[in-house]
Amino acid sequence: MGRYILKRILISLATLLVLVTVVFALVRLMPGDPFSSEKMTPQVRQNLERYYGFDKPVLEQYLTYMGRLVRGDLGYSMKYANVTVNEIIAKAFPYSADLGLRALAIAVSVGLTLGVVSALNRKKPIDAVCVVVAIIGTSIPDFIMGYVLQYFFGIRWGLLPIAQYKGFAYTILPSVGLGFYTLALVSRLMRSSMLEVVQQDYVKTARAKGASRFRIVRKHMIRNAILPIVTVLGPITASVLTGTFVIESIFAIPGMGKFYVSSVQSLDYTLVLGMTVFFGAFLVTANLIVDVLYGIVDPRIRVARG
Amino acid sequence: MEAIGDAPDRSLFERVGKDRAGMEAIERPNLTYWQDAWRRLKANRMAVFALCVVGLYVVMAVVGPWMTSYSYTATDAKATDALPSAAHWFGTDMLGRDLWSRVWMGARTSLMIGFVATLLNTLVGGLIGGVAGYYGGAVDMVLMRVVDVLYGIPYIIVAILMMVVMEPGMGSLIVAMVVTRWIGMARFVRGEVMRVKESDFVAAARVLGASDATILVRHIMPNLMGLIITNTMMAIPNAIFTEAFLSFIGLGIQPPECSWGLLAREGSQTLSIYPLKLFFPAFFISTTMLALNLLGDGLRDALDPRLRGE
Repeated sequence: MGRYILKRILISLATLLVLVTVVFALVRLMPGDPFSSEKMTPQVRQNLERYYGFDKPVLEQYLTYMGRLVRGDLGYSMKYANVTVNEIIAKAFPYSADLGLRALAIAVSVGLTLGVVSALNRKKPIDAVCVVVAIIGTSIPDFIMGYVLQYFFGIRWGLLPIAQYKGFAYTILPSVGLGFYTLALVSRLMRSSMLEVVQQDYVKTARAKGASRFRIVRKHMIRNAILPIVTVLGPITASVLTGTFVIESIFAIPGMGKFYVSSVQSLDYTLVLGMTVFFGAFLVTANLIVDVLYGIVDPRIRVARG
Repeated sequence: MEAIGDAPDRSLFERVGKDRAGMEAIERPNLTYWQDAWRRLKANRMAVFALCVVGLYVVMAVVGPWMTSYSYTATDAKATDALPSAAHWFGTDMLGRDLWSRVWMGARTSLMIGFVATLLNTLVGGLIGGVAGYYGGAVDMVLMRVVDVLYGIPYIIVAILMMVVMEPGMGSLIVAMVVTRWIGMARFVRGEVMRVKESDFVAAARVLGASDATILVRHIMPNLMGLIITNTMMAIPNAIFTEAFLSFIGLGIQPPECSWGLLAREGSQTLSIYPLKLFFPAFFISTTMLALNLLGDGLRDALDPRLRGE
């Protein structure tokens, strides 16, 4: 187990290093630069470039950046005067984390329930309903879902606030919009996983021994059927994170996603880099945790993946 | 009165005997794998319906823009934000451009990107994965470490940055998608090739003196074709979604060109006043993804019945 975790950690570090390097290169290749504006004079531009180290060779800039990065310093933003990237992330991340966790909570709890109910009532109307929800849910992109919810519940029927993030009522539409795809995905996976488990011998054994239906479902079926769901938690986290890019714009939530999209468009080099590194570290850590978790939950994996 | 147990009158029956020639005859037509798969696919009503929907959209993407006299870029200051009417079947946008022709021009872009990007992905990923899986050893080691490292990189972030670096447009979108997405396919094909290359028919081919290329192309790949096609099919909705996502945040197709994602972006800006402008692109994106998902499921069941979820 120790070796396995160590190997995963090394791979994750390599991934991060590649990611930072690639993003550093891509950001420098972007056309235009963050200081272009009509009021810019050559003198001011020169001072700014010296201030941010652009007058030095690219390799030196890269090494300087990496040096600071190791110490956790992401540098100053180039568009927001006198604000560090760390400060922006510290301010924006709680919104995104809150939104993402709510979305995940809704998706996993409702999705698992739907999957289980659907599999236990196979070929009955309730199963058909769940399957239709799952298929539709995986076919509607999250930005469309967000607008549909905003239009009907917010604008048309006036039931819920359509923008900002200032209390429980404000969180409902964005988190449902963000989590719906995942909800559908989880319910679909859980349903097929449950249907497989139903045919297993240990379920028959439990039934033969006279265990109650509830006990069989809870202790024998769900526990085994949930395993495949753990593997998709990594990709799910990634897709929820991507979803925040659009959901936060739609509902005017001052989170990471909204900042990220706007910083890319305004070529704020340090902010783009810093946020990408943050996203990357976040996802790589999430994947690492999922991998290790899976090794703990299912001991067979450890041997196979070594 | 006749006895009940009397033996039947033998003269009524005729001895047929064994038809030695007919015993070996094959009653039903001999179906190839593909004919068999097609037969199973046709039996799946949802998949057939999905296939019709996709087919209809593809046809409309070709002929749709010609069905109206309005060009998809022609603006009309007197008819901005018009509702659907006899003149403009889907209405017009904020610059008075006809939405019917824009929606179907958008379909061209979106479907083209979806199909081409996925196809290239399969080619690149399949080639790399196939070679790595077949030869194993050092090539495989290096490749799998590279894949391990790259797999963890959030592809959408790299795609976003690549879109800023490159000239926005259809070509860049396809390049960004292929560069970021081939890894999944390579991983998958590698695993399958490794599974199949131990089969007896591969050993037989090798004993008969077939070259590596022949074995890989003539013996291994045909056996994986079903799985590869299914996987490719399942990836198309993803590519269409990625295009829509990138265009939606303003980094994909740029006006006056159009795609469904861009139309959704334009429509969303006046959502509370003219919801129909968002409805059309949203409807076509969602139904296309729905149809492709159903078709993918149907293909999976038809091409490899063992994988059937039920």
